[in-house]
Amino acid sequence: MSTTRFDYVLCLADNPLILGQRLSEWCGHGPVLEEDLALTNVALDLIGQARLLLAHAGKLEGKGRGEDQLAFLRAESEYRNFTLVELPNGDFGRTVTRNLLFGAYQLHLWEALQRSRDSELAAIAGKSIKESRYHLRHAVDWTVRLGDGTEESHARMQAALDLLWPYTGEFFAADALDEAAAADGFGVPAGSLQGPWEDTVRPVLGEATLRIPEPTPFRSRGKGGMHSEHMGHLLAEMQYMQRTYPGLQW
Amino acid sequence: MDRKEWPLWEVFIRSKNGLDHKHCGSLHAPDAKLALQNARDIYTRRLEGVSIWVVRADHIHASDPDAKPEMFDPAEDKIYRHPTFYKLPDEVDHM
Repeated sequence: MSTTRFDYVLCLADNPLILGQRLSEWCGHGPVLEEDLALTNVALDLIGQARLLLAHAGKLEGKGRGEDQLAFLRAESEYRNFTLVELPNGDFGRTVTRNLLFGAYQLHLWEALQRSRDSELAAIAGKSIKESRYHLRHAVDWTVRLGDGTEESHARMQAALDLLWPYTGEFFAADALDEAAAADGFGVPAGSLQGPWEDTVRPVLGEATLRIPEPTPFRSRGKGGMHSEHMGHLLAEMQYMQRTYPGLQW
Repeated sequence: MDRKEWPLWEVFIRSKNGLDHKHCGSLHAPDAKLALQNARDIYTRRLEGVSIWVVRADHIHASDPDAKPEMFDPAEDKIYRHPTFYKLPDEVDHM
């Protein structure tokens, strides 16, 4: 059972870890100074969430692996993040759209995990939910402004949604690990988050005058370790320092 | 392309133990809602405050720096306006 718990917490950690890495690419490239800081603040929050989860996973595993080893020294197929979070940022509109789709998911996940019987995990959820609430607020605001903005901004937001929406199917796909963790009272069944997520996301997209794409049979498989071609490049940059200077401490 | 600058906003922050909002800087934002969010992201990253005000910079009317002599100098030699000349009873020692 402790393997299930370790694997489950590692899954939870990889989403904020990889999205935090992606968002940090905006540092110095934001459309305006104010948004540059806002996006990198979100990135730092996410990396902070990942650190807490990775440190907890290391303790559950009990083999002496710490947060740095888990974050930087795994092979690509051992990362369990959704494919959505590893996709390139694209323009500001696409970045915001992904933050909306993932931010709403993360908010409802933390809400549910506050009731985990693992008190450490529940405490991490309690701390992180405040951050995620702000991330979602930022993303909602910009989605509505840009979606219901000019012809140009609307077209870009619609293109972003058309591209990213199919990747959200992975959020709620039934998964043996989630089922086992949920049966243990430790985790949340993936499917249970779909209703609340849609209730959050759909009205925002409506207000932003964006059309939700038709359902497709496409399913990304990042959570199972099958990543897109972008993941290797992201990891090369993220892991470079720890692989070049093993054991490096900040 | 026609590029319009967002208006400038002045930011005032009240710290945890402070009673008043103090001016701490300025930023650009399209409207008040985003000005507040940006102020949160720029000026409260290190626990600087628990409350934020933003004011459109062009809504602030300032005194003329060139009028400084007639505006402020006359107060200079009126030291008796400070309350330091009153004799206080011992009981209110620490005023």
